[in-house]
Amino acid sequence: MMGRIWAVAAVVLKELYRRKDVYVLFILTVILTLMAGSVNFFNDHNIVRYVKEICLLLIWIASLVIAVTMAARHIPMERESRTIFPLLAKPITRTEVLLGKFVGCWVACVLSMLVFYAFFGVVCMAREHDYTVINYLQAFLLHTWMLAIIVAMTLVGSLVFAAPSSTNTIILVVCTGILMVGRHLGKVAMAQHEPMQTLLLVLYYVIPHLEFFDVRDLIIHAWPALTWTTMGLAGAYAAVCTTFFLAMGAVLFRRKSLT
Amino acid sequence: MASQAVICIRDLRVEYETPGQPPHAAVKGLNLVVNQGETFGFLGPNGAGKTTTMNVLLGFVKPTAGGATIFDVSVGNPSARQRIGYLPELTYYYKFLTAVELLRFYGRMFGLRGAEMERRIETVLNLVELQDAGRRQIKTYSKGMQQRVGLAQALINNPDLLVLDEPTSGLDPIGRMTIRAIIQRLKQEGKTVFFSSHELGEVETVCDRVCILHRGAVCAEGSIQDLTRGKENLEEVFLEVIGFKKAGESLS
Repeated sequence: MMGRIWAVAAVVLKELYRRKDVYVLFILTVILTLMAGSVNFFNDHNIVRYVKEICLLLIWIASLVIAVTMAARHIPMERESRTIFPLLAKPITRTEVLLGKFVGCWVACVLSMLVFYAFFGVVCMAREHDYTVINYLQAFLLHTWMLAIIVAMTLVGSLVFAAPSSTNTIILVVCTGILMVGRHLGKVAMAQHEPMQTLLLVLYYVIPHLEFFDVRDLIIHAWPALTWTTMGLAGAYAAVCTTFFLAMGAVLFRRKSLT
Repeated sequence: MASQAVICIRDLRVEYETPGQPPHAAVKGLNLVVNQGETFGFLGPNGAGKTTTMNVLLGFVKPTAGGATIFDVSVGNPSARQRIGYLPELTYYYKFLTAVELLRFYGRMFGLRGAEMERRIETVLNLVELQDAGRRQIKTYSKGMQQRVGLAQALINNPDLLVLDEPTSGLDPIGRMTIRAIIQRLKQEGKTVFFSSHELGEVETVCDRVCILHRGAVCAEGSIQDLTRGKENLEEVFLEVIGFKKAGESLS
């Protein structure tokens, strides 16, 4: 089973490499690094923080776009180009195909984030002589775990919505919405009257809280690193959310008509 | 010794649902047995239910009623496809891969590894005469070459049953001849071949038995010799059983 999942994942990565999307990513990385290279241009720490914040925001936007656009197109593309037929004529289940797509897309996201964080981290640390490697590592890990949830969620979207462009738009809006207002939803709910209060509270507990994984401030303000228990809990939460979306995707894919 | 049934279809019915309309039956109570070592032609006009039946055999479509087994395993079970090679009508492959990479990918689906995998890739590429082009991306291939890659991927697991959906469709005479020669060779090796085609001359040349499907039901089934007895050729039989031309009438 794992062999088949890895084989599908390898084709996703090979496609990414041959489509040359990866080169756009490297150009973006170079631009980010150049920006980060000017962090103590005026020897003003406020500017340093401001530029780092902008760089990290760009990394976050790029990661969201990469994860969503890549995961949104794979299964519809298999159906549209009909490559799904010779594939499913082999002894592979639809769940294995879905898992292979997930692994491929997520590994691609992790690799691209590794490049972003490595360039950004090396340049920032070299300029500031502030070697808080652990903060960069924690921010990177939490970011990639969040991307696992987003990739799984997008794969579900690609099985529900007809066109990859619809999936892209809806998932990007949902993710941005959660990242921006997710943490405030509980407080907002408490200020409402019934039944709005219950509705908002249910929504608060149902949505995947992507904002839990946003620890950019660890890097920007060089805050103390998180405890590894907190990291473990965040990892477990990401695993639960990802598994839930993948299970939902597997059920939808099994029921989906291919003809 | 009795022949072993490779494909066994029992009372197969497939209906397609269209919102606001009554269900449309694409296949109506089909019964069919294909035995080991046979080259079986699955014929019928467009819309007869051939592709739907093949889709059921490959697990792409769930039957509304009845069912089918391949090597005594229900077609709903992915392990039923362990001994099948499938060639779709058109070339539906990852065109950014080379033929070798594509074959390695599909080989992994069957659990092939290492030296065994490389040996098998070399064998099938030689068989379809693509050994020199194996390291080129499929998007650079001609249509005939792409169809031969298709045949190579269908043979990567050395299958006991080949399901070919119009294997020579759209090919030039040389391409057709090559594919036909490969089918003949597989037949000599004792493989079971189940294929649909509109090229009735070709079917007459390579098939042992045929089934003619029309509007989702079997109109005629038997050996080529039995069906063409007293007739000019298979085409005459075909047109007659689907009601296009009455017996003895000439198209001219």
